[in-house]
Amino acid sequence: MLDIAGLSASYGEAHVLNDVSLTVKPGEVVTLVGRNGAGKTTLLRAVMGLHRDIEGSISFAGRRIERLSPNARARAGIGWVPDDRGIYASLTVAENLTLPPVVHESAWSTEKIYEAFPVLALRRSSMGTQLSGGEQQMLAIARVLRMGSRLLLLDEPSEGLAPVIVQRIAEIIREITTHDIAVLLIEQNVKFATTVADRHYLLAQGRIVETLDNASFQAREPELLKHLGI
Amino acid sequence: MTRVVHPRTFGSDLNMTAFIQYTVQGLAAGGFYALAALGLAIIFGALGVVNFAHGSAYMLGAVLSAVLLTTLNVHFWAALVIVPLLMFAFGILIERLLVRWLLRLDVLYNFLLTFGLSLVLVDVVKNLYGVSGLPYEQPAGLQGLIHVGGVTLPKYQLFVFVFSVLVCVIVWVLLTRTRAGMIVRAATEDPDRARALGINVSRWITPVFGFGIAVAALSGVLAAPFRAITATMGTNFVIILFAIVVIGGLGSILGAVVAGFLVGLVEAYGQAYAGTFAQIAIFILMVIVILVRPAGLFGRRDAA
Repeated sequence: MLDIAGLSASYGEAHVLNDVSLTVKPGEVVTLVGRNGAGKTTLLRAVMGLHRDIEGSISFAGRRIERLSPNARARAGIGWVPDDRGIYASLTVAENLTLPPVVHESAWSTEKIYEAFPVLALRRSSMGTQLSGGEQQMLAIARVLRMGSRLLLLDEPSEGLAPVIVQRIAEIIREITTHDIAVLLIEQNVKFATTVADRHYLLAQGRIVETLDNASFQAREPELLKHLGI
Repeated sequence: MTRVVHPRTFGSDLNMTAFIQYTVQGLAAGGFYALAALGLAIIFGALGVVNFAHGSAYMLGAVLSAVLLTTLNVHFWAALVIVPLLMFAFGILIERLLVRWLLRLDVLYNFLLTFGLSLVLVDVVKNLYGVSGLPYEQPAGLQGLIHVGGVTLPKYQLFVFVFSVLVCVIVWVLLTRTRAGMIVRAATEDPDRARALGINVSRWITPVFGFGIAVAALSGVLAAPFRAITATMGTNFVIILFAIVVIGGLGSILGAVVAGFLVGLVEAYGQAYAGTFAQIAIFILMVIVILVRPAGLFGRRDAA
């Protein structure tokens, strides 16, 4: 579903990503693991089209997208949950949900969203900023589900959430992947990552240093954690 | 710059009647500011453009009203509709032909472009109509004074206040109750994020720019019967608009409106009670707001 080949990204003189190649298949959950500053967020921003200073190719659903605008990529089926949640302060919860267009028939209805996240239903008229961090996170995930995005780019979705909500998000990720939705995930919470992911890419200093399936990642977990410093 | 009617009574300056009259005068001036600042805030929010030509849009609104009256006998009430529509088209033209091409560059480029544009517009109007003011009568029905509960107030000032509040409310309803408004609010708060959510922000930018210019021109139409209509009437005006947008909070539409009325009041009270310090009073207010709330009255801290 997502094919990245030879991707390099820079901020002016500074090279943040170096010759990164990775794939995410339909229904697959893939994590990017690495220290802060390894280039994980830049990679997601490059896929979304928000970081334009890149070389290499990015294909989504068999089509080259690196020249497309971010809104064309979103309409093609890529959904982004940024690390700052990206909730609009001047929009209500309901408006935040319905702002983006529905891009695929698999999109969740607002009823289904409110059923899955009852707290959002209770707070649908509140302004975005009045939500707690956890509620904002749920809203950000709910928003891409309502769009019907086929590839979700999740930047630390479990950060700052209560365990019960993290568990709920893990369940939702497992549920949507049965409908061939793919997930590319940045995650510091290793327990959460190993619960939901099929494969892991280890990123260090802008390069992919290792690719592991979930079983080998779990087997080498203590060593990897030490190596990655997370 | 304002043709101030000093209803100063003999005796105490703290006279309640005089105070109410100053307040109405301030709210009328605030109406001009609020409308124009609203347009400036919307343009800044959605395009990231500091539109220095905003004062010229206000000036053109007033000049066009006067010209339409003398050449085509278009009266005030018709001008209130026709002039903003003409200026909406003018704004669209400017955005398409000029502003759009510089959006990808540093914000300084569009600041310089609109600054240059304002110089050109001022000189074009000077060339066509001279430097002395164009004549404009107060519209029939809004001339003279009205007596409200023992206080005598100029009808036209009351009208300007009520009308501008009404326009602000309509804009507010459009922004908060329609899908277009929701998209404009989102694009104003964070255009990149809106793009990543599938919103074609570029498509909204042109009409938003036109709209911002149109409200500034509407403010100019309202000013026509009340202030001296000259080519340079927008030059000081735009400086005060920038102060208003800073006081209200950069990117905050509500902030621009509230600060517009606030500055109108400060100016009127300043003229009444502090004479020549009136203009400075606005900037003292700005300094105080920046010191106490760097992001402005309604700005978010991260936007500062």
